[in-house]
Amino acid sequence: MTNNNNGKTEYWRWLEYRKSMPNMNWKDAKIVTAGVDVGSVGSKAVIMLDGEIYAWSVMRTGSNSSDSANKALGWAMEGTGLTLKDFQYIVGTGYGRVNVPMANRAITEIACHAKGANYIWGPTVRTVLDVGGQDVKAIRCDETGKVVSFLMNDKCAAGTGRGMEVIADLLQIPIEDVGKVSLSVTEEPEPVSSTCVVFAKSEAVGLLRKGWTKEKVLAAYLRAMATRMSELIEKVGCEKDFVITGGQSKNIGLVHRVENILGIKRLPVPNLDESGRDPASAGAIGAALFAKALYEKSQNVRG
Amino acid sequence: MMISAGIDMGTQRVKVAIIKDKQIIAQSQNFSGFEPAKVAEQTLKEALESAKLSREDIEHITATGAGVNMASFADSTISMMGADAKAGAYYFPSARTIMDVGAEDARAVKCDENGVMMDFVVNARCAAGAGTFIEAMARALEVEMNDMGSLSLNAERASPINASCVIFAESDVVSLIHREEPKSEIARAIFDAMAERVSSMVNRLGVTPDVVLIGGVAKDVGFVASLKRRLGIDILIPEEPIYAGAVGAALVAAKRAKRRH
Repeated sequence: MTNNNNGKTEYWRWLEYRKSMPNMNWKDAKIVTAGVDVGSVGSKAVIMLDGEIYAWSVMRTGSNSSDSANKALGWAMEGTGLTLKDFQYIVGTGYGRVNVPMANRAITEIACHAKGANYIWGPTVRTVLDVGGQDVKAIRCDETGKVVSFLMNDKCAAGTGRGMEVIADLLQIPIEDVGKVSLSVTEEPEPVSSTCVVFAKSEAVGLLRKGWTKEKVLAAYLRAMATRMSELIEKVGCEKDFVITGGQSKNIGLVHRVENILGIKRLPVPNLDESGRDPASAGAIGAALFAKALYEKSQNVRG
Repeated sequence: MMISAGIDMGTQRVKVAIIKDKQIIAQSQNFSGFEPAKVAEQTLKEALESAKLSREDIEHITATGAGVNMASFADSTISMMGADAKAGAYYFPSARTIMDVGAEDARAVKCDENGVMMDFVVNARCAAGAGTFIEAMARALEVEMNDMGSLSLNAERASPINASCVIFAESDVVSLIHREEPKSEIARAIFDAMAERVSSMVNRLGVTPDVVLIGGVAKDVGFVASLKRRLGIDILIPEEPIYAGAVGAALVAAKRAKRRH
């Protein structure tokens, strides 16, 4: 939540963040790689030293994909002394992956998310739910993080982060708080009847007029959102261990409801400050890992 | 002499039609607003005034539309599909497929030569297939909603846009305006996407000519052009397609009143 130039509160606007590991030095590394995930809503960059997370950033995607890629990687590099020529290999991924100017190669975000989830949680991960800004993906993977099958909804904002932003703005609840607020209801209300964000918005207005509290309306929307993505996961088949990636992995109201409907708990989110294993950056983490593997492969071929 | 009325309680507007011996003698409409029940009373009153009739002159009132239960004064109700079929066959006796595109939903109905519904399909789950889409995009493009259609007709091509969803299209439009893409091409992309949704819906039913388009969106020249292009056939449109549901309901009312005589 921030205030824009007109002094209007923008409840949907989430906070950007950046971090690097103080006890690591890129000059000691043999292979420096990066993954840049330009999503429809967020752009993520992860820098790896010999396959370990060194620095990362998460920013809003602007109106231009290549600018967003430059900014995200630039911010992750800030203060490290790294320049673009210090990277051995960079992989671009995400919605805007073809417009990542510094990338040696582009890889689909589905492969990157599975790879990233495998890195974050380890080889027991079999099902990944990725809830991004503009799409929802249910991915099945093997113990190496290789994609076995997947289903994706990228045609509709229902159940995506973008849809959540719209509802947060309508209800005037800061986006960081929607999950917690939605869990404050004493009794879970019926889900809103349509998951289409446009219709859900009008339905929400009607419910508020009927005297429903914001908390209750939010719970009803999140219930519908969780139901929809649970259907997607059930279609692809939910096998343990189950994890959630993407920006909405932070939305505990959504996570709680998905767990409730599926009857399965996700693996807990690791301590971000200690390891940089950020589920929101899973795509960029996977991309940076692919970058390392691709670089090594190119060296072997030459050698 | 037989006078009946139909009321169509739409998600956005309430429409009333009064017919006398199969001739439309009055039509009126208002925004549904916050109190559709009151708006229904008011709209009926206005229609009666314009027909110089009193409430007692109406033998039977049939209600239809999403908010059908709000018209408590109605003598009976008819499904939206049933009303569509009756209206389509009334305007054009050759009609066999009737598409109704309203503010928040779209339907296609198959009917026989008597206007009896045979089969139907509905899209009420996605705003990208209904009039709301045009409204939201007009807002994003900062043009009048009624100008969207003629604006789109100036375009030779459609902008590349994620027009499968209103929410995504809204953010795409912002970047396209930023890139100074012509608004006409963006408008065309919107109508093409809507036409794509509506045609894939009607294709599930099968397109049997003649094809009639009714509902408020049938007035939009941009949408009609895109839909004709997409379906590759001619489409018949009544002069005031927004009243079609109310007219269909009034025709049903006339039949039900007769039955009691």
